[in-house]
This record gives sequence, structure tokens and C-alpha cells, in this order.
Amino acid sequence: MISERLRLSGISWLQLSPILMILGFFLVLPILAIVTVSFWSSTEYSYFPDFQFENYQYLLTSSVTWSVYLKTFMFTAITWFCTLVIGFTVAYFLAFHVRSLYTQIGLFLLCTIPFWTSNIIRMISWIPFLGRNGIANSALMDMGMIDQPLEWLLFSDFAVILAFVHLFTLFMIVPIFNTMMRIDHSLVEAARDAGASGLQILTNIIIPLSKPGIMIGSIFVVTLVMGDFITVRFMSGGQSASVGRLISNEIGLLQYPAASASAVVLLATVLLMIAIMLRFVDIRKEL
Amino acid sequence: MSDRRPLSFYLLALFFAVFVLFLYGPTITIAILSFQGPSGGLTFPMNGSSLHWFRNLFEQQAVGDIWGSFRRSLALGLIVMTVTVVVSLMGGMAFRRRFHGSSLVFYLIITSLIIPSILISLGVGILFNVLDLEVHWASSGLGSQLTWTLPFGLLIMFAVFNRFDSRFEEAARDLGASNWQVIRHVVLPLIAPSLIGVGLFGFTLSYDEFARTLLTAGSYNTLPLEIYGMTTSVTTPVLYALGTLTTVFSFLIIGLFLGIFLWLRRRTHRAA
Repeated sequence: MISERLRLSGISWLQLSPILMILGFFLVLPILAIVTVSFWSSTEYSYFPDFQFENYQYLLTSSVTWSVYLKTFMFTAITWFCTLVIGFTVAYFLAFHVRSLYTQIGLFLLCTIPFWTSNIIRMISWIPFLGRNGIANSALMDMGMIDQPLEWLLFSDFAVILAFVHLFTLFMIVPIFNTMMRIDHSLVEAARDAGASGLQILTNIIIPLSKPGIMIGSIFVVTLVMGDFITVRFMSGGQSASVGRLISNEIGLLQYPAASASAVVLLATVLLMIAIMLRFVDIRKEL
Repeated sequence: MSDRRPLSFYLLALFFAVFVLFLYGPTITIAILSFQGPSGGLTFPMNGSSLHWFRNLFEQQAVGDIWGSFRRSLALGLIVMTVTVVVSLMGGMAFRRRFHGSSLVFYLIITSLIIPSILISLGVGILFNVLDLEVHWASSGLGSQLTWTLPFGLLIMFAVFNRFDSRFEEAARDLGASNWQVIRHVVLPLIAPSLIGVGLFGFTLSYDEFARTLLTAGSYNTLPLEIYGMTTSVTTPVLYALGTLTTVFSFLIIGLFLGIFLWLRRRTHRAA
């Protein structure tokens, strides 16, 4: 019996060997490389093996780091809140107010299709809307609400958050919709028969039972925003900073040890945030 | 339950409609603006309408090496898709059994999904540098993209096998089918539609990938990298024309995959 179990275990590991090799070489080794290089020294043009804590010391004592982290947390918090509210509302509508399964699937696909198109193009698409002579400014001027174009629509923190919400809301919709579809509708019926109002049903049944989906969506959104560098760069016109941009700038200057130290701190921060969120949900049960 | 919709339905439907408009509005806007007249700019009003900017894309030297980068992205997408489907299928089957160390592998896969992309880019870049290997889109670029597509493929396979009715396999085995025959004639046909879904994720996520390819593609750009390069130098609607074209291409790919998915599903249901 034991040898049979060992044999089956062996088959599993054999089937997993390709993925272990790929993730081993392109995920585990790169992380180890980053951690190692974060202790190395560098000159202006090259970097070399060493063991010193200067990269970290410089990073953690620089006021720039702290303000950039603060800004990144702000982006994360606002984006998380907006995507949660929008994502929950959309998923709730699809799961509880659309009655035919085909319509549900059709509308759900409508929400997910942009996920399979290019993020960069979707960012570029905001230019004609938010630009100085864009649709938003012309519309507001035509309505007489403003006298001259608003300068803060494009290339600003506002634009960054708008793009985040635009790009990442579906990461909330999909897991929340998934958990909501598994809520037994007879629970809702029973609550209604017992005299619960719509709001009570929402707060006492649907929200608690959707919590796993909310958590998974939150993990996605938080990690995507915390590590982002491209959306912040493009939508702020290079004016806003974020942790990801800090790292990408250091890479651009070929300061690999400094970039690695920043990356290690970012990874630790993100893992800490996820660990906190995981206390509320068991992902393996949700598949 | 009465058939009359409550007021909340209409409010939520309105909210949903606004959300969809928010989702697609910008894309539709640049699609319209890509038909700008030759003297038109990046915003409205339209200065006449023409195919000028699309023609521009096909002229040499007008823009960078977009067709070369398109060919590379297409090739890379197909490779990533194939590897993702095969490796995810194998991984999914491995997880159907309980085995020692399964949660370790599971958390490795989750890490791959949630690790900030820039770490992969930086880490793979450093690794190749230290090992004295040359970064190239088909080696380091391919591997970096797989760290993003494989977790999606595997999560889909987990979901599929969690709902898989193993009585089909038992029946086949009772009738004397070998392990390989069970997989070939029972399991694969039943999960074929899901494999198409995995393929869709594999191809499109690779075709649009930017952050993980940035430092790992080497001297030949993929299409998203080329487009990103254009955003800093090109200030004409040719950017929109390119955006519209690749979005249309993405839609065609999605449509193709959905079509195959539905066709396979109908076939499976008819057989069952």
C-alpha cells in the first residue's frame, strides 16, 4: 500500500516537473538573485559581489522612500475602495438581478473581454477624453461649468487612479461574481419571507457570504497597484512617483543593487499585506 | 415572487450600463479618432475622415518596426499558449491526487501570480546577466511571460478538475480501458472546452504582456514594447490606428476562441 502511494506521489511530481522547472528558473532563482544582489555594491557602470547593508540603509533612511511609499499606499487604498464598490455592485447586479443564465454569462463576458486586450492601448485611449482639448473639458465648458480647461484631468494623480480603476475593476468582478453565484438563493428567499428588507438581506447574507471573493479580488488589486510602474508613469506624464517607478528608474540608471534592495522591500511589503488578507480566506477552498 | 422588477433593478441596470460605457467608451473613441483626416489631431473635432493613418502604418519608416514586433508577439503568443496548455494540463492532473508537498507547489503557483511584475523583469534580467546569458524574447521573454500565464492556466485546471465527475473514468476503466485510453478518449474530450479557455489566457496575456517583458525581451521588441516606445515619440493619430488595429485583432482572437469553446461544448453535450 505504502509503495503504491509513493508511486502515485511520484507520478504527481513527474507531472509537475515542467512547471517546477519553469517556475524554478524564472521565479525562484530570480528572487534569490534579487535578494543576493541587494547586498552587492555598485559603481556608476557596474555592480560586483559584496556583503553590505548600504543599499538598505540608504533606502530606509531616505525621506524620498517614505513619501513614495505613502503615495503608493494612497493609490492602493483609493483604487481598492473604488474597484471594490464598483466591482461588488456589478457582480451583485449580475448574480442576483439578471434572471437568465445566458444573459448572465453574456454580460459577464462583456465585463471580462477588455482583460484580454492590451493595457497600454487602454491607457492611451484616455488621451482624447482627458486631454486639454478632450471630450471631458469641452463638455464641461459647453455646459458652462468651467471657463477654461481643467489641467489636472490628464497627466495627474486623478488620471492614474482612473486608469487603475478602469484596468483592474474586473479583477474584483470575477471572484466576487464567482462566490455570489454559489450563494443558495433559498437563503435569500427565506430571509425575505421572514420579513428582511433588501438592505438587511444585503448586509446580513450576501456581503458575509461574498467575503472570500472580495478578499481574492482585493489581493489582486492591491498587488497589481503596489507593484505598478507603467500606469503611474504614463497616466501621470512622469510626474507622479510610486514604488514600482522608483525601482524602474533605478534599473534605468543600471543601479541594480539599489533596485534589488527596493524590490526586496516592496516584495516584503506586498507579502505582509497579503498575509493579513489571507487570514480572512482559504483560497484553496474557493476554486 | 412577482414578475415586476423592483426599482433597485433599474438603478443597478443603469449603473451596469454606465460601467460598460466606462469600460468600452475610450476604446471606441480612439477607434473613431483613428479615422481622422490627414491634418487631424489627437483629440476631437474630427478634421475630415480618411484611412490616412492606417495607410501610414503600412509605410516603411513612418513608424518603428511594428510589423516585425507584431510577428514576434504573434510567435511568442503561440509558443506561450502551447506551453501553458500542456504544462497546466499536466499540473492539473497532478493535483487530482493528494501528494506530499502539494501545498508547497500550490503556494509557489500563487506567488507567481501575485508577485509584482517588475520583480520578474528585474530578477530574470539580473539572473541572465550573472549567468552571462543573452536576454532574448524567445528565451528570457518566454520564461518571464510563463510566470504570468501558467498560474491562470493552473487555476482554471484546478477549478475544472474539482468539478470533474470521475465516474466517467471509472466506467471506462471497468470496460477495460488503459490509463492512456481513459485520458485520450474520456478525460481530454470532456475538458477540451476548458483547455481552449486556458489557451485564450495563454495567448492573449502573452500578446499584451508588457511589464514582465520590459527587461527580458532583449534587443528585439514585442508589440506592446514597441507601442510603449511610440507613446513618447509619436504624437499623431497613427498611434490610435495601431491601437485600433491590435484591439480588433484581439477581439478576433477572443471571438475565435469563444467560437471553438462553444462548438466543443455543444459537441460534448450531444455526446453525453
